[in-house]
Amino acid sequence: MAACAVFLHVIITRRRPGQLNPRTVAGQMPSKPPFEVVVEVHGATVLRVCRAVLGRAEADDAWSETFVSAMRAYPALPDDANVEAWLVTIAHRRAIDVARARARRAVPTDTFDDAPDRHGPVERDDDLVAALAALPDKQRQAVAYHYLAGLPYAEVAEILGGTTDAARRAAADGIAALRRAQRQRGATT
Amino acid sequence: MKTDADITNDLQRATEVRGDELRALHDRLVGTADAAHLLDVAYRTVDTPVGSLLLAATEEGLVRVAYASEDHERVLESLSARISPRILHDPSRLDAAARELDEYFTGRRTTFDLALDLQLSTGFRSIVLRHLTDVGYGQRASYGTVARLAGRPKAVRAVGSACATNPLPIVLPCHRVVRSDGSLGGYLGGVAAKTTLLELEAAR
Repeated sequence: MAACAVFLHVIITRRRPGQLNPRTVAGQMPSKPPFEVVVEVHGATVLRVCRAVLGRAEADDAWSETFVSAMRAYPALPDDANVEAWLVTIAHRRAIDVARARARRAVPTDTFDDAPDRHGPVERDDDLVAALAALPDKQRQAVAYHYLAGLPYAEVAEILGGTTDAARRAAADGIAALRRAQRQRGATT
Repeated sequence: MKTDADITNDLQRATEVRGDELRALHDRLVGTADAAHLLDVAYRTVDTPVGSLLLAATEEGLVRVAYASEDHERVLESLSARISPRILHDPSRLDAAARELDEYFTGRRTTFDLALDLQLSTGFRSIVLRHLTDVGYGQRASYGTVARLAGRPKAVRAVGSACATNPLPIVLPCHRVVRSDGSLGGYLGGVAAKTTLLELEAAR
């Protein structure tokens, strides 16, 4: 966890070379908003992203782990960091952990009652969710981070690894696949 | 043909977040953070006869009581800078403080029995604050008297500034400190609040 926080610290500071916090320049005590404000401002977006990337059943756990990790690392976060990109980066890692744990669980036990929430009360836009779940990981992540979190492709690329162009392509391919899925649904109903 | 904006709207709708879902996750975060000792400052507000009060506590104890006139948002920002930005709205850590304040304002309590964290006040100011409780419920003392109690009889002005920057008003009763001529003097929560508190204590 500490290693992860240091790593995040590095990528975030590297992204903004030479930029000074205007408040520090003015000689006042540097400060950042109380963490409550971070939860208030970004909580819903991060939950949307977790739902899009992992599905509803596991989104709550990923959200919780994301915000606990973020709270741990928050005091060391530079005051001028892009908080949303930082949170999505953490959520991305937690989502990978959750997905790995799911894969481990799924192999040995075939009696495991898979994701009861999928048959839960929230069925609206089910087809879109299913189409999203069917996308390759990179495409689904690129779509979520760009279209739901509103991050520019350069930030998406930094989270996913690879070039900005590759991130743009992954999102475009993902959106094209979602469109195809929706057209097919339209044709069959 | 769906546009990018349509797809974005569809995605937003498919992942729609309700307020109660987010509140439940917030509560869960509070519980986890508290258990992991990550919740450096918990806060809540309470409604009282002297307006809305912000209460904030560290793991040590109550660290701040703030009047609405101090601007609660700014007070939280200052706690973020001076103590830690790991701050969450968590009424449960302030249950005892809220209950005792309620008892105080309804005349059922004359002294507070709460763990306090005096880290926002240092040096002579913190010595003054520790002596404020020497002035009992319903009594008044002059700034000079408090200076003597704190061991520096000439430091009358320093007592004034200690009271003006008291991080724990009401609980540490700087409202009982008045001018030697009997006039009320200033108060960080406004003179009207000082009057209300003194009248409340006199009525009992």
